[in-house]
Amino acid sequence: MTRFMRYGTALALVLVMVATTAPAYAQKTEIHFWHAMGGQLGETVGELVRQFNASQGEFEVKALQKGTYPETLTAAIAAYRQKNPPHIVQVFDVGTQTMLSSGAVYPVFQLLKEQEVAVSWGDFIKPVTGYYSKDGNLYSMPFNSSSPILYYNKDAFRKAKLDPEKPPKTWKEVGDFSKAIIAAGGSKCGITTSWPSWSMLENTFPWHDQPFATNDNGYKGLDTKLLINGEFGQKHIGQLAAWQKEGIYSYGGRMGQPDPKFINGDCAMLVQSSAVIGGFKKSVKFDWGTGQLPHWGAPYKKQNAIVGGGTLWVMKGRKPAEYKGVAQFMKFISDPHQQMWWSVTTGYVPITQTAIKNLESGYHFKKNPEQWTALSQLSGAPTKNSQGVRLGNFPQIRDAIEAELENIFAGKKSAKEGLAAAVAKGNDILKEFAAANKP
Amino acid sequence: MLPQVAVTIVFFFWPAFESLRLSFFRTSPFGDRQVFVGLENFVRLLSAPDYYQAIANTFVFALGVTGIGVGAGLLVAALATQHIRGLAAYRTALLWPYGIAPPVAGIIFLFIFHPSYGVLPYWLSFVTTYEVNWLLKGWVAMTLVIVATAWTHVGYNIAFFLAGLLAIPTSVMEAASVDGAGGLRRFRSIVFPLLSPITFYLVVVNLIFSFFGSFGVIKAVTQGGPGNATEIMVYKVYKDGFIGLNLGSSAAQSVMLMIVVIGLTALQFKFLEKKVTY
Repeated sequence: MTRFMRYGTALALVLVMVATTAPAYAQKTEIHFWHAMGGQLGETVGELVRQFNASQGEFEVKALQKGTYPETLTAAIAAYRQKNPPHIVQVFDVGTQTMLSSGAVYPVFQLLKEQEVAVSWGDFIKPVTGYYSKDGNLYSMPFNSSSPILYYNKDAFRKAKLDPEKPPKTWKEVGDFSKAIIAAGGSKCGITTSWPSWSMLENTFPWHDQPFATNDNGYKGLDTKLLINGEFGQKHIGQLAAWQKEGIYSYGGRMGQPDPKFINGDCAMLVQSSAVIGGFKKSVKFDWGTGQLPHWGAPYKKQNAIVGGGTLWVMKGRKPAEYKGVAQFMKFISDPHQQMWWSVTTGYVPITQTAIKNLESGYHFKKNPEQWTALSQLSGAPTKNSQGVRLGNFPQIRDAIEAELENIFAGKKSAKEGLAAAVAKGNDILKEFAAANKP
Repeated sequence: MLPQVAVTIVFFFWPAFESLRLSFFRTSPFGDRQVFVGLENFVRLLSAPDYYQAIANTFVFALGVTGIGVGAGLLVAALATQHIRGLAAYRTALLWPYGIAPPVAGIIFLFIFHPSYGVLPYWLSFVTTYEVNWLLKGWVAMTLVIVATAWTHVGYNIAFFLAGLLAIPTSVMEAASVDGAGGLRRFRSIVFPLLSPITFYLVVVNLIFSFFGSFGVIKAVTQGGPGNATEIMVYKVYKDGFIGLNLGSSAAQSVMLMIVVIGLTALQFKFLEKKVTY
């Protein structure tokens, strides 16, 4: 090919691209929205954005999946430092403190007030607003909220002559049922847990009204210390470690890695986020049900679980006119109608009273009891132990905790030693965060 | 000349200098606050047991990858000099793994070995009840990432060894045969010394590769776990910098990594190279 032809081809390509793309977006203002939703959840986000774009003609939201939660956050930070941040970024629960301390966000309550968009904040359920508010104001828009629930294989329960409509309520029952199921050949192991730190510590502590960290779980200041190696933590993790030896509990890795153990029938029970309900309905072949996160019973009080998942943060550094579109999109996704659709499609919980009431009156929860399970764990007024957990550099702390949990389950350390090591590492990370974010 | 110097400065010296500078600061995640802290990042690093474990892991990993990669490379290259039908096809196939990106190689290994959904544990479950659970057994996880990394790099080693083997004059080999030297003897006295410059080069390159280029496999397969059993230095740089958003510590770690690799390479040139006959 001659040089002339090469340049000619390139020029033609550019012209074609300009010709095909330019007119379509010429009048619309683009709003960039970075998220971390893959698979079925990603498709649902895409559909939500299409609906918004079709609902008005002024703004065009462009959704882009930037990878996992940590990757999305890192990408947004890098973009912010390059002075070209996305307007909206989805940040996971444990990134909350990092965002609050960053000085890079446009608090969503302030945005909606300044853009004169009315949202009835009182309609949002308490465990959600509690997790993401500072001084009573919501700093990010609740988007995908879930809670860890127990999934169980009804076929395996039947094989062990257990009532398939009665999931275990207590950890003791989890042990007893598991033994019965394994003995009857219903499955190879009793239970496995996804997102080990989130489900077994971050949620199990508030669920029993136990403090996870000092300073009201980190809400009151940055000089916070972890409290997970006390009597309760040792009891719970120690039991799991003992069960790992007996083959009742089967550790399956971090994040959603253990899911296949449940899906392929190896483990009869799984603790995992309610966010996978939608996916499980498509992929799980056997008869399954859900129950609340198991509890240790007396003397521990039964409180509420905390939310997991993500919220949408608005970043500073874009043109003022564009924030009008951002506010409209926020309004759109918090609308009860969208919420109901989002929740029914994915398994995330509906987060406004109106959406919940509408779903109830349509007998939705009667027909889909698994979606009620997660919501039922989030009811009631949270205490200071159960409003949430707010720690700086939480992703790193979670990683340190999970590394130590692995040492415990592998039998390399006792629950006491492992949790103490996790606390020491976690406190060190907290100290570093406090020093870096001194006001 | 000038463009090359410019490229080197922009893409090598500037980032390296920036790492060095950042390693003396405590930086907030969004970069809006930077405080000079002197050597504090290094002190914190060197007083944490985790960091020493990462260094030990790195050496186990690098020696394993280099040993297996170079050893297997030589063995396979020697086999690929035989006169068999379809030799060209075999040689091409042997180079293929090098064309696979490390994260993809990691995912392939996951699909074969993962305790929950891997093919191999599934087949093994018909024969034995023993579970190779590298999600909890550190040494199994380490073996897995070493083999996976060595596999991605073995094609590169084979290519060099093959070129070296084919360059050995047949007359020398024939003369040795006539003198009564057997296959092993010929290899030890003729082939290995003649290959020594290539072997030396490959050892150096493989070590550097396993210190820096091995990140993809670890990220895809173990993420440093179980515990911190497969957390090697370069992965910790990524983890503390990009997940932990602790840029100061991450920068200090990359400076340490650079010092270790430069030191190691210098040592090799000082001692190992004496054994090389050019």
